[in-house]
Amino acid sequence: MKDTGQNTAFVEFKSVQKSYDGVSLVVKDLNLAIKKGEFLTMLGPSGSGKTTCLMMLAGFETATNGEILLDGRPINQVPPHKRGIGMVFQNYALFPHMTVGENLAFPLEVRGMGKSEREEKINRALDMVQMGDFSHRRPAQLSGGQQQRIALARALVFDPAVVLMDEPLGALDKQLREHMQYEIKHLHNSLGISVVYVTHDQGEALTMSDRIAVFDDGRIQQLASPQELYERPQNSFVAGFIGENNRIMGTLVSVKGDHARVKLQTGEVITAAAVNVTTPGQQTMVSVRPERATILTNGDQDDLQTLDAEVIEVVYMGDLFRTVLKVAGNENFVVKTRNTTGQNLLTPGQKVKIGWVASDARALDP
Amino acid sequence: MRKLLILSTALTTVGFAASAEQVTVMSWGGAYGVSQVEAYNKPFTAATGIPSTMVDSDNPATPIKAMVEAGNVTIDVADVELSDAIRLCDEGMLEVIDHAALPDGADGTPALEDFVDGALMSECAVANIVWSTVFAYDTTKTSGVKSLADFYDLAKYPGKRGLRKGAKANLEMALMADGVPAAGVYDLLATEAGVARAFAKLDTIKSDVVWWEAGAQPPQLLADGEVVMTTAYNGRIFNAAVGEGKPFEIVWDGQIMDFDLFVIPKGTPNKDAAMKYVAFATGTQPLADQARYISYGPARKSSAPFVGKFKDDKTDMGPQMPTAAANLSNALANDFAFWADRDTELSERFNSWLLSN
Amino acid sequence: MTHADQPDQGQEPELLRTADGLLLQTALNRVSRRAKIKAFLLVLPLLAFILVSFVAPIGQMLLRSVNNDQFYSNMPELTLWFADKEFGVEPDEMAFTALAADLTFAAKERTAGSVGTRVNYDLPGSRSLFTSAARKAKGLNPPFKDAFIKINKDWVDPELWAAMHAASATYTSSFYLAAVDRKRDTDGSIIQVDENRRIYVQLFWRTLWLSGLIAVLCLLLGFPVAHLLATLPMRKASLLMILVLLPFWTSLLVRTTAWMVILQGQGVFNNILVSLGIVADDNRFELMYNQTGSIVAMTHILLPFMILPLYSVMRTIPPSYARAARSLGATSWTTFRRIYLPQTIPGIGAGGLLVFILAVGYYITPALVGGASGQLISNQIAFHMQDSLNWSMASALAAILLAAVLVLYWLYDRLIGIDNMKLG
Repeated sequence: MKDTGQNTAFVEFKSVQKSYDGVSLVVKDLNLAIKKGEFLTMLGPSGSGKTTCLMMLAGFETATNGEILLDGRPINQVPPHKRGIGMVFQNYALFPHMTVGENLAFPLEVRGMGKSEREEKINRALDMVQMGDFSHRRPAQLSGGQQQRIALARALVFDPAVVLMDEPLGALDKQLREHMQYEIKHLHNSLGISVVYVTHDQGEALTMSDRIAVFDDGRIQQLASPQELYERPQNSFVAGFIGENNRIMGTLVSVKGDHARVKLQTGEVITAAAVNVTTPGQQTMVSVRPERATILTNGDQDDLQTLDAEVIEVVYMGDLFRTVLKVAGNENFVVKTRNTTGQNLLTPGQKVKIGWVASDARALDP
Repeated sequence: MRKLLILSTALTTVGFAASAEQVTVMSWGGAYGVSQVEAYNKPFTAATGIPSTMVDSDNPATPIKAMVEAGNVTIDVADVELSDAIRLCDEGMLEVIDHAALPDGADGTPALEDFVDGALMSECAVANIVWSTVFAYDTTKTSGVKSLADFYDLAKYPGKRGLRKGAKANLEMALMADGVPAAGVYDLLATEAGVARAFAKLDTIKSDVVWWEAGAQPPQLLADGEVVMTTAYNGRIFNAAVGEGKPFEIVWDGQIMDFDLFVIPKGTPNKDAAMKYVAFATGTQPLADQARYISYGPARKSSAPFVGKFKDDKTDMGPQMPTAAANLSNALANDFAFWADRDTELSERFNSWLLSN
Repeated sequence: MTHADQPDQGQEPELLRTADGLLLQTALNRVSRRAKIKAFLLVLPLLAFILVSFVAPIGQMLLRSVNNDQFYSNMPELTLWFADKEFGVEPDEMAFTALAADLTFAAKERTAGSVGTRVNYDLPGSRSLFTSAARKAKGLNPPFKDAFIKINKDWVDPELWAAMHAASATYTSSFYLAAVDRKRDTDGSIIQVDENRRIYVQLFWRTLWLSGLIAVLCLLLGFPVAHLLATLPMRKASLLMILVLLPFWTSLLVRTTAWMVILQGQGVFNNILVSLGIVADDNRFELMYNQTGSIVAMTHILLPFMILPLYSVMRTIPPSYARAARSLGATSWTTFRRIYLPQTIPGIGAGGLLVFILAVGYYITPALVGGASGQLISNQIAFHMQDSLNWSMASALAAILLAAVLVLYWLYDRLIGIDNMKLG
């Protein structure tokens, strides 16, 4: 269901701006199109504007400027209860004075659905989240994970075309959270609904999404598939926010095609992929993923860009080693190596060389 | 145990430590309280050196029962109404006062003869003033009101009436308004027919009555324009009219006279000083002096010649007294014995009448 | 453990012991006892305070409502005579002899008034019989029956003897009977009092009805205010909260008087209406010194007691419930009715009960602004406490009121559940 081939947007934000106080903008000129059946995640630190966008879509906030379209129709003037959008809240928001069954019946009742039809839909929704036996419990009698499933079932029971999820897994412990991620993803695949998911957890976003919109400072910094986002961050914020990242500061010497020459603070000149740097002489930050750097104990390797390094610390993490090195003035350069048989252990103070494929280093704005 | 329990109720009345000889007097406050401080307390302390304190209460008779029963008497002299004095005396709550030991009048008349009739009726009390329940009207709203019958004449004098919320005085006045002469009121009221007649008369104005409870309310009701006529204590109307210049006029027809008396709660630690105070305060001159501040009549005949002008030194107090000859043409003396017997019954009946529509 | 009865049946289950051989249960008790004693000592001052300031006065009140010693402790001989007599027995010479002896004693001790007052409660008009007879008691000669008849023929009235008989009992129900407009007939059966003396039952109903009405009015007015308080930003909410609490800091009398100034016939409200030409000058609204006055003033005075519990409940209801309901397709009215309102029930219950119970006991406000039709039962209690000095009657009325409130509390517990009550 990843791509239905429909290129027409199902949900669309057009030049949307939002201000609460009339002085500053929380959302600055947002343009975003979400396809039918797509799982789109809004990812960003708190205060980046992602939740505001979700609330505008749900109808709880009004856009100060711009337009939001649902299935081609502008919905700015449509009240929340007429939008037909399912929503899962951070604290689940299950009605505490109703049983699970009544919670699920609520959206069907307000739509005037008959009792038998209701029962059928409720049972189907509960089975879908494997909670068929809990219909008569109260929310307070359920665990966090169970409440989460009920909230999910309630948001889906009336067959909405879009489901919004506002950090739905934030309150769960790590293990349960990972489990629920797969379940939500699975439900999304089997139901074919569009999901707009808000989180500040990049791991969650990478696991579940078709596309991720990275928010910062009221703007989308990059909108791309998880892989693209991880492999090819478009600026230093995205590079830093998604995954672990080593930063080496330097000055741009020249740009040729998509190759850039960068002079590091310690004097070495290295080659890196030019991403959003253009002018020679400007400050730049070279970003290298920890798993893409290799520790060379046997001298240089021609196909790699190499630098001198000194081991500061080696942390044993089971499946891998995490080695902290001093590289080009950066004393916190991390390299992750797989734990293979017969590996030579490095000792702190040891002089080594590290190397990486030149295109894996990305020269970004500082 | 019982005493201990009663104590918890009595604790609400503030306790005054009584170490040296002193007198604490509980009275009704307001202009009346002021008159007593000026005419009795200050001269008493000056003459005897015994300090005296004045304490206000809505009805000084009320705390006496609680204090005596708890054995924690904190006031030495109380100013109470006649029916309360008699009831408390009968119940053994008061010290007996030797009336013969009271000082002679200024003209040499022995005390027993100097006091007006009924002033020494209870062996536990000495009357200090005669006051009365009268009715008064606002001269800017209506005029020509002469008699109690006019009070009940809504057609001729339209407007709200103020009445005290209680049976006492209202029933007597209703009968007098209905044409019963003062002398026959209590005889008639002792019969069921008389009570029924009184209530029937009250029925005629019931829907136009504003009920008051505290003595300060009637002048306020008149001043606010809430009523055009109201029954009231004569001193309160006098003070509003003369003291504050309000356009109020008292109608003396059908006035009901009553005494205020000094009593001494049983078991007071300052019994001797209290006796001295009562003897001093009910002397000829202090009784005459208090009339300088409020229009209540002295209970001694010998005080009458000494009654002068109001504190503004303009108004003659003599004609303002309930006991002035001109005001006595159709006056009724409150029958304490009648009310001691029938108060409970008639109060219940009155309350029941109030509730029914 | 009933093993002693069946010594041969089964074996004791093996009891766990601590390392040094003590029974585990014993060791546990020993440790927890110390904690319990400490906890008890901490609450002891409060317990003592409640006993002295609350339980004792209430106990005294309940005792007074059934026990009035004014008659039996001052009339010992006659009380003894009554002790083994049926209700309604005609008094014989023995009875009058006892009466003469008691009255002679009462005259000396100055207690005849007290005795008369007590009998007068049950039989109005009889007080002076005792005070006047006591004055003459010393000079009476046998046969006493004739002597008493000579003083006043009412002394052989069977109603008088029934009343004295009732008053001679250590414990009496007559004050409770009077409090529900009943009395005992001369043969001991319970009958209603004359129609023109029936007040209390009517007053009890009026008190309950008005208090209920006031609680409902407080709810209707307080609900939106509490909601606003709970949803406004902190700074504005604090300001509004001060406005809500302001009446608390003003004297009750000042507030009541303020209402008098506003609502009376010549008051601000009527003057405005007249000057606007809405009502004629001679046809002003009567809003004061009647039931309306009581309702308006009491609703205002009790409003904070409704708002505060409601506010504390509403503050804990996250806005996400309402949002969830809206997103699920509910209109704002449905959201309020089915989601918000049910969750505020603990606050509504607490506020309603609080306002109701306070209103039931109010007396200053209705006394000042209630006129005749706005009087409540507490005004009668005050009357008996302060004016008639019939404390037993006041106690009986208060006890009935207390019982009514307790019944209500019990009902509330059954219907909503006390656990569900939230006072803030």
